Amino acid sequence: MFEHKNASVHLSWRITVPYQHIMVPIDLEHADRMGKAIDTARALAKQFRAKLTFVGVTSEVPGPSAHNPAEFEKKMAAFAQESATELPEGASSKTYVVHDPTAQIDGILLDAVKEIGADLVVMASHIPNVMNAIWPSHGGKVASHADVSVFVVR
Amino acid sequence: MTENTKNNEMEPDDQPEVEPIPEPEGETEIIETDFEIGQDNIASSWKLEFDIHQVVFTVSALGIVAFTFLTMAYQTALEPVFLNVRDWLTGNLDWFFLLSGNIFVLLCLFLIVSPLGKVRLGGPDATPSYGYVGWFSMLFAAGMGIGLMFYGVSEPMSHFGSAMGGISVGEDGLRTDWAPLGGAEGDTAEAARLGMAATIFHWGLHPWAIYAVVALALSLFAYNKGLPLTLRSCFYPIFGEKVWGWPGNVIDILAIFSTIFGLATSLGIGAQQSAAGLNFLFGTSTANPMLVTLIIVITALALVSVVAGLDAGVKRLSELNMALAAILLIFVIGFGPTMEIASGFFSNLVAYGEYLPALSMPFGREDANFTSGWTAFYWAWWISWSPFVGMFIARVSRGRTVREFLIAVLIVPTVLSVLWMTAMGGTAIGQVVNDGFTGVQDAALELKLFEMLTQLPLTGLTSLIGIILVVVFFVTSSDSGSLVIDTIAAGGKVNAPTPQRVFWASFEGLVAIALLLGGGLVALQAMAVSTGLPFTIVLLGACYSIVRGLMSEPR
Repeated sequence: MFEHKNASVHLSWRITVPYQHIMVPIDLEHADRMGKAIDTARALAKQFRAKLTFVGVTSEVPGPSAHNPAEFEKKMAAFAQESATELPEGASSKTYVVHDPTAQIDGILLDAVKEIGADLVVMASHIPNVMNAIWPSHGGKVASHADVSVFVVR
Repeated sequence: MTENTKNNEMEPDDQPEVEPIPEPEGETEIIETDFEIGQDNIASSWKLEFDIHQVVFTVSALGIVAFTFLTMAYQTALEPVFLNVRDWLTGNLDWFFLLSGNIFVLLCLFLIVSPLGKVRLGGPDATPSYGYVGWFSMLFAAGMGIGLMFYGVSEPMSHFGSAMGGISVGEDGLRTDWAPLGGAEGDTAEAARLGMAATIFHWGLHPWAIYAVVALALSLFAYNKGLPLTLRSCFYPIFGEKVWGWPGNVIDILAIFSTIFGLATSLGIGAQQSAAGLNFLFGTSTANPMLVTLIIVITALALVSVVAGLDAGVKRLSELNMALAAILLIFVIGFGPTMEIASGFFSNLVAYGEYLPALSMPFGREDANFTSGWTAFYWAWWISWSPFVGMFIARVSRGRTVREFLIAVLIVPTVLSVLWMTAMGGTAIGQVVNDGFTGVQDAALELKLFEMLTQLPLTGLTSLIGIILVVVFFVTSSDSGSLVIDTIAAGGKVNAPTPQRVFWASFEGLVAIALLLGGGLVALQAMAVSTGLPFTIVLLGACYSIVRGLMSEPR
């Protein structure tokens, strides 16, 4: 926590930067490589007493992370549970099941921002596979099309 | 090895869940395997991203390049060899193809009526991935559309003609005619009936049963058993854990070979046929630059489609395709001999039923030219396409019960094929028999459809729809094929990076152009059809796997 000598500064700061709901897109398959983004998101959530929502996108076809969408959703929930420790507002998860993740992920993430009402997106700049292939356009897309702040963790 | 996994209801988050999370899927018998999807993959994020199965991708890609260059370099030597291989297979093993085809149909019909038909793909509570229209459009557009365009008019005419000609026996006592069964010499009505029955036989239950077997096996082992969506998974009951090793690699590589060579050679030959159609309509050139342009246009459209993805690309194009085909069909029915088509539809169904046992008899046939040159060739052809079409059907069929799936993949397309063949072929036969118009009879194969349309009103418009249909059907085969190959080459992962799709779709176009300019289209297509033999054996194995797999599912 920051130390503030002047309480009024602290107050105005809290009012002008109100992140209440942080969305973190994650790739369960490569969750191990996303530690930095997740740590950043958790720190911010703690700081601003914001809710944290992990968003995962999967297809109906069995993949490395789960045999089926229900199992994927379960793993997402467990992942959120693990990450929720010490967070004042806790963490939850949201799973999107789409026909073709490679093609749909960018649109889905933008929809997710609106749907869950997030006011900040924290995402790894480099998520292998699906994400990085579309990253150049996708990063630009989220940053320019999303109405909210986007924090890209490198 | 296996255990029942109950997928419990999720604890809802504090977020109100709106959609699109499906309901809990209920009990399925997940196969517990030590294999992890993508474990044999290599992934890179350096400059160009990829995520591929190292053996399958590498051997396939290099093998395709090698085969293409060998065929071009030694085409004069290889073409007769490849053609001989194909002709030997369809000539000497015709009984095997016919017998296997019958087994596939009987299995599918049995599953429709048996209690096993209640099993739902994806678990008892799974909801269908696609609505009927999108689902049906996709499975039809990928698998058969293009053939219906070229053979809808020409095949009934051909069988009608040979049946009219009757039987002729050569000096060696073997029949030299191409008539189906005993023909119907001089009997116009019976020859037309036999011609339609033989055509429907080739486009009806049998081809769709072939596709259905592959699609059902894949759906079952992916959605219910949790194995990767790649051909080798169907063989888990047979090979066990070995399926992740070389036997599986061989199956997957063969599937990629037959798919890409089948698609690329069809694309090359299809470009020639489309150019002939365009020439007939607009007088445009049929020379190489035109053909290459056509291939590039089709490939470019397919690229846009695969990059846009399954829903925004492939599904929309397939629906467009079905709408156009429906317009053409309704037009021909409306402006052609409407009543004859209406009554012909039912009488052709009856004729199909009547001749089906004789036509599908694998042994003791005397119409050798017909069984090997037509039926066995078709069966080998359908079977060589089955890994691609079957896998694509599987990709879009989650959430259907086995019964529903088989009715949609087997019965509905068969009935539609009967209607299509009756409208297109029946109209053309009517033109010869009733009007004495021999234009269709005399025209080249790729022009028969357009010749038939000249006898109906609004020829310019309908022909244009016809040529657009041909092109779009190629695009829908090409894009779905690229998705399938990409998934197989990525070890069953459907979320591989976009550049891989671009690679496969472009590769297919390049192979087609190379073979078109360098020669060897016909040779390599013969080779692709020849992969029908190993795949017939593979499919028979899949039949066993399906029954085993379904029986262990909770019903």
